[in-house]
Amino acid sequence: MDYDPVCQIDRDPDDLVTINIGPTHPAMHGTLRVIAKTDGETIVSAEPEIGYLHRGVEKLGENFTYHQFIPLTDRMNYCSAIASNVAYEMAVEKLMGIKVPPKAQLVRTIMMELARIADHQVLVGILGVDLGALTPFFYLIIQREEIYDIFEWYNGARLTNTFGRIGGVNADLPDKFHEKWPTLRDTIRKANEETDALLTKNRIWLDRSVGVNAFSAEDALNWGFTGPCLRACGVKRDLRRDEPYMFYDQFDFKIPVGKHGDVFDRYMIRMEEMEESVKIIDQAYAMYQEMPEDAPLMAKVPKIIKPPEGECYHAIETPNGELGFWIRSDGSDKPYRIKIRPPCYMVYQAFGELVKGDMISDTIACLSSLNIIAGELDR
Amino acid sequence: MSLKERVQRCLGDDVIAITEYRGDLGIEVPKGNIVSVLTRLKEDETLGFDFLTDLFGVDNLDYYAKKKKKPKKKAAGEEELVEEEEDKGPPPPRFEVVYLLQALKTNERLQVKIRVPEDDMEVDTITTIWKAADWPEREAFDMFGFKFRGHHNLRRLLMWDEFEDHPLRKDYPLEGKGEERHLSYD
Amino acid sequence: MGFQAYQGEGWLLTKAEQLINWGRSRSPWPFPYGTACCGIELMAALASSYDMARFGAERVGFSPRQCDVLIEAGTITKKMVPVLKTIYAQMAEPKWVIAVGACACTGGVFRTYSTQQGIGSIIPVDVFVPGCPPRPEGILYALLKLLDKIQEDHPLYKKRQEVAEALEAGK
Repeated sequence: MDYDPVCQIDRDPDDLVTINIGPTHPAMHGTLRVIAKTDGETIVSAEPEIGYLHRGVEKLGENFTYHQFIPLTDRMNYCSAIASNVAYEMAVEKLMGIKVPPKAQLVRTIMMELARIADHQVLVGILGVDLGALTPFFYLIIQREEIYDIFEWYNGARLTNTFGRIGGVNADLPDKFHEKWPTLRDTIRKANEETDALLTKNRIWLDRSVGVNAFSAEDALNWGFTGPCLRACGVKRDLRRDEPYMFYDQFDFKIPVGKHGDVFDRYMIRMEEMEESVKIIDQAYAMYQEMPEDAPLMAKVPKIIKPPEGECYHAIETPNGELGFWIRSDGSDKPYRIKIRPPCYMVYQAFGELVKGDMISDTIACLSSLNIIAGELDR
Repeated sequence: MSLKERVQRCLGDDVIAITEYRGDLGIEVPKGNIVSVLTRLKEDETLGFDFLTDLFGVDNLDYYAKKKKKPKKKAAGEEELVEEEEDKGPPPPRFEVVYLLQALKTNERLQVKIRVPEDDMEVDTITTIWKAADWPEREAFDMFGFKFRGHHNLRRLLMWDEFEDHPLRKDYPLEGKGEERHLSYD
Repeated sequence: MGFQAYQGEGWLLTKAEQLINWGRSRSPWPFPYGTACCGIELMAALASSYDMARFGAERVGFSPRQCDVLIEAGTITKKMVPVLKTIYAQMAEPKWVIAVGACACTGGVFRTYSTQQGIGSIIPVDVFVPGCPPRPEGILYALLKLLDKIQEDHPLYKKRQEVAEALEAGK
């Protein structure tokens, strides 16, 4: 083996060629890196390397108070920050045994599902860009801006929202939301239909995605998959239904399930989930409108949060899958240890297995369809 | 039968301590038996914990230092039997490895803990049971220094290879010790 | 640029430096180096609603050799530092750098063992954009600021000075 100091990889004297993709490869989303051994254009083995965005969030969490940690959760999954915020808040609420008022839960549900739509739109757009279809990206990103408008009306931030507080939410839905939602619902559906028309039956798209990186359900469970990637493999599993939190057990929604676990299934699951999210928001909004105007938005929470000693784990279904927080409290105002269980971490570790035997160009499709968010992956 | 009883029946003497907090059941098992314990939990018909949610380390250095200074003032019930014993005996081992399991059929969750002393950081790998343990074990090695016996590729995951410390240990400062990464192109 | 048109055939009067600056400032090809949250906002700035192409940043290049402006959007960790240095070294002159976001400027909230506290200490930065993350308008404003800076550049003077220094050293 010759050592190549520039790429920091071992060059194989066999016929296999070791190539280094990333971390600044355009399809590697900034911070991901894959070292692949290839035979011709077929990948014999691929090993992802991560840590290029490791910012020490867990260590920071031990030095921040419980409220101060909320902004850090924004910066983990920055495509759907609200879902991460709520996941963390619910974990602390479980630790303290706080019951959140129903109106606050509905506000959270509505905002989280909006974030889910925005996240899936980014994924579908980027998946298109990486496979050479630039147009859907432009349709979807205009649509996403309208969702960001709602976030902005809520608390001024577009991306890193720092949504909610421990024990509830700090503000009611913005006034403009009530005017905006009926039209937004239609435009979301329209953008999805346009994307659907551009991609779903497109010959090139089908050639690039159907049957690429198929994965079996047993393997997926063994590797710890959750979320859309697991559902694409044919496992009907969604924490919103299996461990219902908030009002999800009262809503009527389908859980789309794929068959083969290939890139196309992952794409279709996301497209269908956006539709389901719109339905959920409709139902949640109807429930919200029945609530009295002055219903409380915050539970009774002490100013300085000092949970009693103990530890617990709580997970919710974020756009990427199961995002869980394991928090140990030692009775002080700072968490003793926070462990974040990011969904795409478990998915990405199987990347070598997923792309084995495929073409190099398929790795790009595979990576995009997994929706790896580096901030959440490396923390 | 409650989950607690089923776990106790399945594992028998291997359960050293049981904690329950806000509905989360946690058990502590001996370090050497972790592979057999997890296999039994996975294969037992009444339990079926067949999904590994996560695996991570905890450093208890500060936890016990604080405990010593002010002995427990709260009524018992929260944090269980282990601490009541610790006043008498030697201090408990510094590190913990926590395994979060889930049963897909019943949606029950279980935390399994082992205690790891500082002078013997070797733990058996569980990548033979779940492939999902691959990166979490590497991360635990990176962040705390556990040596997972039998892991096929125990390298640093998040920090670079030449990094020497284990950042999530409690005695490592938040802002680091001024490490820089240099690559030499010779 | 002094621009005088007469009737008839017409002719153009300018200084060579101003002509070069005019050309450069009309087509800054960006290298979008988005590593974290700011990368998503950079994406929005490049996409249809904000459309950075209006200011000449039309061709988004992913090869550092073919780009003029390195838009560094997001946290740079210590593990990434050598990569960033290599990328900057690979870019051909003239080259400019925009540091987008609090992390790229100062390290932001992540004052930890693994985060580089601002990229200003690794590579020369022309424009810093504060915000966590900055809005797309902020990124566009930074690009405009950079274009102003390019307009006031002295490309030939620098060259002349380099030649003079080289001659001096030769003696």
